[in-house]
Amino acid sequence: MANSDVALATARSKSGAIGGLLPGGLVIGLLAGLVAVSVVGLLLAASERTGRSIWTDPYLWAVLRFTILQASLSALISVALAIPVARALARRPDFFGRSLLVRILGVPMVLPTIVGVLGMVILLGRNGWLNQGLEGLGFSGQINVYGLSGILIAHVFFNMPFATRLLLSGWTTIPSEHWRLASQFGFNSGQIFRLIEWPMIREVAPGIAGVIFLLCFTSFAIVLTLGGGPPNATLEVAIYQALRFDFDLQRLLALALLQVVICAGVMAMLTFWARPVATDMALHAIHDRPDRVRVLARAVDGFWLALGALIVLAPLAALGSRFVTGPIFKVLSEEAVWAAAVRSLAVGLTAGCISVVLGWGLLSTARWLAVRRGKLWAARALETTASLSLVTPPLMLGAGLFLVLRTFTDPFALGLIIVVVVNAMMGLPFAVRILNPPMAQVARRYDRLVQGLGMNPIDRFRLVDWPLLRRPLALALGLTVALSFGDFGVIALFGTGQTETLPMVLYQRIGTYRIGEAAVVGGLLIGLCITVFAIIDRGVGGRATR
Amino acid sequence: MQLPLLSVRRPWHFAFGTLLAWPGLAAAQDLTVYTYSSFISEWGPGPIAEELFEAQCDCDLEFVGVDDGVALLSRLRLEGGSSPADVVLGLDLNLVAEAIADRIVVPHGLELPPLDLPIEWTDEYFVPYDWGNFAFVYDTEALEFPPSSLRDLVENSDVEILIQDPRTSTPGLGLLLWLRQVYGEAAPGAWAQLQPRIVAVTSGWSEAYGMFLEGEAPMVLSYTTSPAYHRIAEQVDRYAAGEFSEGHYTQVEVAGISSTSDNPELAGEFLMFLLSPEFQAAIPTTNWMYPVRLPPEGLPDGFTPVPESAALLYPSETVRDNRQAWIDEWLTAMSR
Repeated sequence: MANSDVALATARSKSGAIGGLLPGGLVIGLLAGLVAVSVVGLLLAASERTGRSIWTDPYLWAVLRFTILQASLSALISVALAIPVARALARRPDFFGRSLLVRILGVPMVLPTIVGVLGMVILLGRNGWLNQGLEGLGFSGQINVYGLSGILIAHVFFNMPFATRLLLSGWTTIPSEHWRLASQFGFNSGQIFRLIEWPMIREVAPGIAGVIFLLCFTSFAIVLTLGGGPPNATLEVAIYQALRFDFDLQRLLALALLQVVICAGVMAMLTFWARPVATDMALHAIHDRPDRVRVLARAVDGFWLALGALIVLAPLAALGSRFVTGPIFKVLSEEAVWAAAVRSLAVGLTAGCISVVLGWGLLSTARWLAVRRGKLWAARALETTASLSLVTPPLMLGAGLFLVLRTFTDPFALGLIIVVVVNAMMGLPFAVRILNPPMAQVARRYDRLVQGLGMNPIDRFRLVDWPLLRRPLALALGLTVALSFGDFGVIALFGTGQTETLPMVLYQRIGTYRIGEAAVVGGLLIGLCITVFAIIDRGVGGRATR
Repeated sequence: MQLPLLSVRRPWHFAFGTLLAWPGLAAAQDLTVYTYSSFISEWGPGPIAEELFEAQCDCDLEFVGVDDGVALLSRLRLEGGSSPADVVLGLDLNLVAEAIADRIVVPHGLELPPLDLPIEWTDEYFVPYDWGNFAFVYDTEALEFPPSSLRDLVENSDVEILIQDPRTSTPGLGLLLWLRQVYGEAAPGAWAQLQPRIVAVTSGWSEAYGMFLEGEAPMVLSYTTSPAYHRIAEQVDRYAAGEFSEGHYTQVEVAGISSTSDNPELAGEFLMFLLSPEFQAAIPTTNWMYPVRLPPEGLPDGFTPVPESAALLYPSETVRDNRQAWIDEWLTAMSR
C-alpha cells in the first residue's frame, strides 16, 4: 500500500493528469480485464464441442420465458404493493413506531438471501404457518412454496420494502406548494392521488420497477432453492446447471449471451430514460395534507402499514420460532459449521476491503475529473462503470473464470479466491453509492485548499479525507463485508467440503430439509453479520467524528 | 481441527508430499474417495467403511461428498486431469459406459468373488457394491390407494410426487429410464402429463426424501428397500413402497479407480474391501440397499426381501448413447 502511495505521489508531482487518472484507470482496467477473461473463457470453451444448434434449443427459450415472466411479475407486484404502503407512510409522518417500521423495511435489504429463503420455507411449507392457517380457516387450496408462487413471494419480501423506501423519498420531492394548493381547494383523497401523487409516481416508479426487474432477472439463490425443477430457472440458475449438471458449454454460452444482452439493454434503458431516484433516505417532514384526518383514510393507511409490516416480519418471526426451538447446542458444537463461519469471515473481509479500495480509486478519479477538469459527464460515466457487474452477474462471471482456470489448474482448489474476486465486484456498486456523495462534497469544499497548500496524496488522505470520510468508509466497508459474508452465489459453483462457506452450509441444511438445524445456522449467520457490521462501524467509523 | 481457509490443497499437498517422501519421513498414505453425500452422512455406510478400512490399510481414507451420483460424474469431468480423486464410488450401471468413454476410470484388474446380483457382472472397470430397485415410497397415512403401476401414476392418479433431477441424481436418471422402458417414444408425453403433479425436482435423493418426511408430498421416488429403514431403525410402519405392475427399474451401484489416482494399488485394495463380508453385512442397514454378497445368515429381520421378478434395465451403452438426448427431451417436456 505504502509503496503504491509513494509511487502515486511521485507520479502526481510529475504530472497531475497521470496522478488524477491513474486510480480510476486501474480500477476500470481491472474490471474490464476480469469481464474480458470471463467472456473469452466462455467463448473458447464453447467452441470446443460442436454439434446441435444452440438457438433452437426449446429449453433455452422456456428458461428465458420464465425468467422474464417471474422478474416482470415480481417487479409489478413489489411496486404495486409499495405504492399504498409508501403513501400511508407519507400521509402519517408522526405515528408511534413509524421510525421503527421504516427501519424494519430496511431489514430485507441487508438480510442474506438464503436466510430469507429459509424463512419462506418455514412460513410457506406444507406444514408451515400460512398453510396451517389457511387450513384452519377452511381453505382447501394450498400455497406451494416451490415454483412460481414461492419465487414471487420471496422476491416481493425482498423488494417491496426496497421499493417502498425509494417511493417514500419520491413523496418528499413533491413541492410544498402543491400541498398548500390542495388544502386551499379542499382536495379529497382521490383528487390528491390523481393530481399530485400520481404524476410523481409515474415518474419514479418505472425506474424502481426496472431496478427490481433487473435484480429478479438475475436472482439465483431464491430460484435455485424454491424453483422446484425445470423450467423454473432464471438464466443464472440455468448457467449454474449447464456447468455443474450437464457440462453443456454450448448451452452455457447461449444462456450467458442472452443474459448479457438483456441486462445491458435494461441497464441502458434505466440509465437513459428513468429519472434517478433520490437515494437519500432522509425523512423530510411531509407537509400537512387535507385528507389525513378522515376516518376511512386512517383505516386504509392502517391496513397497508400493517400489511407492509406483516410481509417483512412474518418470515422473520417464522425463522425466529424455529431458531429458539432448534438444536442450538448440537449445531454450534459442529466443527464444520465454525470452519465454514471462519471461511465466510475471511471471504467477506477480503472482498469488502477490495470493494472499498476499488470504489475509492474509481471515485478519486471521478472527483478529480469533476472538480479539477470540470468534466462532469466523464465523472458520471466513471461512476456508472461501477455497476458493470449488473450486466455480468455473478454466476456468469464465475462460470467464465471457472472455464479459464480449468485449463491451468483445479478450479475447485481456487474456489474461495474466485468467490472473493466476484463478491468484491458485486460489492463495488454499493461501495460507490455510499462513498460518492460525501466524497464529492469533500472534494468540492477542500480540493482548492489541498491544491493551494500543495498537499501530497498521503497528507491529503491523513488530514482531509480520513477524518471527514471515515464514517461513510466504515459504512461502505461494513455493508460490503456483510453482503459478501452472507452471499450464496458463486460458491455454489466452486463449493466443496473444504471450501464450504456458512451460507452454503445453510443451503445444504435447507436442501436436506433439516429445518431446525438450518434455522440455527441462519441465526448464527445473522448474528455474525450484525456483529461484524457493528465492529467495523464502531472500529473504523469511530464514534461521533463529525 | 482442520481449518483450510483458502483451499490451496494441491500446492500444499505437493510441498508436503515432497517433504514426506524423503526417506525415513514416510507416513501413512492418503486415499481420496469421491462419493454422493448420503453415503457419508452420519447414519450412512461412510463412517463404518472408514473405520474398517483404516484399520486394515495403514492409510488415511478421506471422503469427498458430491450431491448425488450423476453430479459426481459431472464433477469428475469438470476436474479433468487435475482431480484429486483416487476412487469414484456411487456411479450406477447406467453411467458405467459413459464414465469409461470419458476415461474417468482405469481397469481395476481384480479377481472378483462370486456375486449375488440380478445380472451377470463382467465389467473390467467397475466393481458393484450394492443394488436395489427404484420405487415410489408413500406415506400410508396420507395416501390410501397408491397407484398400481407407472402408467396408473402417470395417467389416472392425482397424487403429488417428489422426484430427483436426472441431470444430477441416479434415482432421477433411473426414473427417466424407467419411464422410457414403459412408454418408449411416448415418454416425453408421459412426462408432460406428470409434470403438474411434481411438487419439486431436487438435485439429490436426500433432498427429496427429506421433503417427503416433512410432508411436502405424499409420495417420493426412492427404493423398494426404503421402508425397511423406517421399520428397522425407527420402528415406524407408516411408509410403504408402491408395487408397480410393469416391474421396477434396477440400480446397481458401482465403484472404480479414478484415472487420476496416484495410488491405484491402494484404490484397488479399497474396491476389494467394499466386497468384504464385514462391509457387505453393513450395507442393508446403512445404505438401505441389497448387498452384492448376501450374508450367510441372510438379510436382517424386517428387511425387504430380494425381489424374484425380472428387473427393467437398459444396457449401459444404450444410456451412454441416448442420455443427453433423453434429458433434453425431458427438459423440453417439463417446460411445456
